[in-house]
Amino acid sequence: MIFGAILAGGVGSRMNIADMPKQFLPLGEKPIIVHTLEKFLLNDKFDKIYVGVHTNWLLHMSDLLKKYNLADERIELVRGGEDRTESILNIIKKIENDESLNLSDNDIIVTHDSVRPFVTSRIIDENINMALKFGACDTVVNSVDTIITSKQGDTINSVPERSTMYQGQTPQSFNLKLIKKLYDELTNDEKSSLTDACKVCVLKNVPVRLVRGEYSNFKITTVTDYKIAQSMVGRLDID
Amino acid sequence: MINHIYQLVSPHFFSVSYADVNLNEGVIVKPNFMSICHADQRYYLGTRDAKILSKKLPMALIHECSGTVLRDNTKTFKTGQKVVLIPNIPGKKCDGVFENYSLNSKFRSSSIDGFMQEFVSMSADRLVAFENIKMEVAAICEFVSVACHAVNRFNLATDKKVGTIGIWGDGSLAYVLSCVLKEELPDSKLVVIGKDVRKLSYFTFVDRTFLVGSLPEDFSVDNAFECAGGEGSFFAIDDIIRFIRPQGYAVLLGVSENKISINTRDILEKGLTFIGCSRSGRKDFEKAINLMGKSDFQSRLSAVVSQEPEVKEISDIHRVFKKDSYNLFKTVFKWGV
Repeated sequence: MIFGAILAGGVGSRMNIADMPKQFLPLGEKPIIVHTLEKFLLNDKFDKIYVGVHTNWLLHMSDLLKKYNLADERIELVRGGEDRTESILNIIKKIENDESLNLSDNDIIVTHDSVRPFVTSRIIDENINMALKFGACDTVVNSVDTIITSKQGDTINSVPERSTMYQGQTPQSFNLKLIKKLYDELTNDEKSSLTDACKVCVLKNVPVRLVRGEYSNFKITTVTDYKIAQSMVGRLDID
Repeated sequence: MINHIYQLVSPHFFSVSYADVNLNEGVIVKPNFMSICHADQRYYLGTRDAKILSKKLPMALIHECSGTVLRDNTKTFKTGQKVVLIPNIPGKKCDGVFENYSLNSKFRSSSIDGFMQEFVSMSADRLVAFENIKMEVAAICEFVSVACHAVNRFNLATDKKVGTIGIWGDGSLAYVLSCVLKEELPDSKLVVIGKDVRKLSYFTFVDRTFLVGSLPEDFSVDNAFECAGGEGSFFAIDDIIRFIRPQGYAVLLGVSENKISINTRDILEKGLTFIGCSRSGRKDFEKAINLMGKSDFQSRLSAVVSQEPEVKEISDIHRVFKKDSYNLFKTVFKWGV
């Protein structure tokens, strides 16, 4: 089976625009998360699409589904975790505990940030194909800027060769049993160092294939990102 | 949902624009295969008049496309159903006027964005479902429908269906029109007049082919179809007037960018009738789908379809447009953005 997992567990906007989490802010005519979810809904390869939402916002999300007429039996809301890895694990747990699902060793999960509404159908399709074929994949774009490493934040430690540098996006997609097994094998220190689901595979030396992303598939994190996103869909009248 | 629209901004330059699509209206279609028309190529190369280019661009190209229904709010189609997309959006209805000639009509990749989009939101009546046609061949359905429309106009105008039909031109339109005439008027004798021996060699199913300039003095046709277009329109129409028998019908399909002079004296003397044809409507698409479902007809079309590797990004769009300049007939590609 093929599962979608849209991660919308955040609670703070950090944007000084509104108190609501940024995935619920409007982009054009509807909230960011609705745009993202609709892209997944149009892919009929997904058997289920889980949306991981913070407990405080579950009802709000549920209302949005009704408001935007997204009554699709494939959608299921799941309580989000403290971080994105925990949200993914919550969704995997939900899948494993669902006796109505006919699970197998080949099941995959396509995880995606709710605040990347510009994801394309090609990126989603290629994630599905790569995860089915290789077990794990990450969506990336070539790094345009030179990457600088600095441990103290005031002096350069190294300047890695730019041609080998990529910026990680989402979706990140995995064989369901593989990612669960690898996570369970991590030490507590390793678990606490996780900032990215693909790192679970990298720490356990499991290859993660690359899917070509798009620069437009950026994460709406800051006010500037939000302004850029609004202008991309023809809405400049915000501040 | 945010749709990605691949627009030609200026000749040889594409840019992606983004637009919100209402998932709860009409039919959401994923374009799967596309075919390049000369009109698209003229926009891409910038060979249209500069004023027209500045008026029409930015605009997504391509009006020949097959796709898959992803969501249908009208409940006309099933999810996953294969469809061809009709680029014509009729304007004000007028009795006795075909939809493709109606006032205020719009046409994709001419007056509004074409199909080079991640998804296309369509009215149900602008889609025609099909089954037994390869997706890549179905992509040229619009092209076939234009030929169907021309043959229909010819049939409505004259009952002199049996006889010799001359087809001036040896390109894709002449080929597809010949295929349609072979099916629709099987008792007619089809003669194709072109200027490229390689192209003429593909017309194996017609009765005779001639090179322009080598037509015998006593050559004549009962009726004629002009498929040359461009600068060739002048020579083709002049030939038609010369070789067509009195009171013959001449159907014009080729688009010429510039105005051309026409020998009206001989048109009058011979009592000729000229029928102008452009584009097509839903009924022509249905006819085309019906014809394309026949295996021989589909095989003939396949012979002139050059399928290029999948298009996944803007650099691939440039690749297929450049390749199209060298392909003898139709360029088709999978749309994988």
